[in-house]
Amino acid sequence: MTEIMQFFSDNLQMIYIVILMIFVGVEVIGHVPAVLHTPLMSGANALSGVVIIGAILVLLDTDPGNYLGLALGFVAIVLGILNVVGGFVVTDRMLEMFKKRK
Amino acid sequence: MATLSLVYLIATVTYIVGLKMLGNPKTARRGNLIAAGGMVLAILGTIFLYDKQVPLLIHGLIWTGILLGSIAGWIIARKVEMTKMPELVSMFNGMGGASAALIGIIEFQNGPDSLTSTIVIIAGVIIGSISLSGSMIAWAKLNGNMRSAIRLPKYNLINNVLILGILAFGCYIIWSGGHSPLYIYLLFLVALTYGVLFVIPIGGADMPVVISLLNSFTGIAAAFTGFLFDNMVMLAGGILVGSAGLILTFAMCEAMNRPLSNVVFGAFGGDDSAAEGTSSVASQGSIRKTTPSDAAIMMNYANRVIIVPGYGLAVAQAQHVIHELELLLEGKGVEVAYAIHPVAGRMPGHMNVLLAETNVDYDKLVEMDDINPVFANTDAVLVIGANDVVNPAAHNDPSSPIYGMPILEAENAKSIIINKRTMNPGYAGIQNELFFNTKTSMLFGDAKDVLTKLVQELKNM
Repeated sequence: MTEIMQFFSDNLQMIYIVILMIFVGVEVIGHVPAVLHTPLMSGANALSGVVIIGAILVLLDTDPGNYLGLALGFVAIVLGILNVVGGFVVTDRMLEMFKKRK
Repeated sequence: MATLSLVYLIATVTYIVGLKMLGNPKTARRGNLIAAGGMVLAILGTIFLYDKQVPLLIHGLIWTGILLGSIAGWIIARKVEMTKMPELVSMFNGMGGASAALIGIIEFQNGPDSLTSTIVIIAGVIIGSISLSGSMIAWAKLNGNMRSAIRLPKYNLINNVLILGILAFGCYIIWSGGHSPLYIYLLFLVALTYGVLFVIPIGGADMPVVISLLNSFTGIAAAFTGFLFDNMVMLAGGILVGSAGLILTFAMCEAMNRPLSNVVFGAFGGDDSAAEGTSSVASQGSIRKTTPSDAAIMMNYANRVIIVPGYGLAVAQAQHVIHELELLLEGKGVEVAYAIHPVAGRMPGHMNVLLAETNVDYDKLVEMDDINPVFANTDAVLVIGANDVVNPAAHNDPSSPIYGMPILEAENAKSIIINKRTMNPGYAGIQNELFFNTKTSMLFGDAKDVLTKLVQELKNM
């Protein structure tokens, strides 16, 4: 029990962020026209590539002698940035088509 | 360090603002760019404002990775055809999940510094791996590499036991405090297997919902990584995507009038329901075939024609020909509109994207609720590669798996022309009694070929 309380007090700031962000996410998506579901999903997908930051941090912190760590971190960066760049570019392409009308 | 926190704060705000702007057609494109800008800022800030001395080798690796991934991502996203968009989103999402899982694997091997870290790492690896393998299966399904739903006997039971087993194994690793890399690789493998088993029983028609759900998973995995590194931008961004993705998943389910549990655990789009559907409704009566010239005549002398585009149109890449047909008919004084079902194509809004690409006038794309009353005053409906969205069974057959789904009431029109490649049932795997309606004539063939012939015939009239 004390451990759980300790966990809360140690991570209070992050717990606040998690709770608030859940509501922001719900609020932001509510009442979006069905037409925009696909681009929105694609945009959200690009944002989930934020994990790339973690991949960079891992690699920055890896000992240069740890070849396995370096290799895995490198792959994580490539995959993460693929998610980010591909996601945003594809979303832009979808939305470009909406813009052309009139 | 303070500067980096500020950079992260700005990035987080751009994510929220960007996502909000994506929800409005007028601001959507700018919103996407703003979020992308925030992402670039966060990435550059992480690299340049890192407070420790880092060997050149590592900087080299980071930049090579970013360059390689960016170029590959850019090329893939630019080159792939508009019709392949849904599977592309799925693939990119899988990459994000893979990245999260890999980070967890590395950090586990480095030795987590606290119990909380271990828990967060394990959770990140599990969710990231499920997102990776699940997205890859969804990609294969939409790509046509894996057409039908594969159901192991008692698949729901197997899946539930497996996920409980994974959680138990995760808890075991945490309790035992073991740091053997073997543990984490084993966990990675079982979680991957679960992702595969989770998605294979789900029918192709439900893939958009699944992709949206897995997208939400990747967000949550990113948030766990953020928790691990005490990194606010990853935590906030991940939770934002997780929550938004989940709401979007529910919105998509609502458009199909089915609860999420039904999509994930229910039997839909599969073989068993197909058998039921066929026996209860259809196969009575016969179908009437028609030729492009007859169909062209019918439309030529109509006052109003409504086009119902479906996935068949997208597959055949026929969006340009349909626009040509529309202009031709308009030139002949026929009123033309497109009836857009919320889930037409493979994703909500997919048809709008495709038709917008060909410069179809936005006002001509009419949403379901607005066009349904118009069908009764319509001379001809041209259904191109759509099936379930015009299936009257949704209204009048309670035993049908799509019962209750809102449909386009094409059956109310004076005549109906349906273009399909074959008589095979649609993605939901159920027969369509509309095909046997006496007002219906079937125009078999590839959508693009048939439409090209229709255009030719109309030009000669």
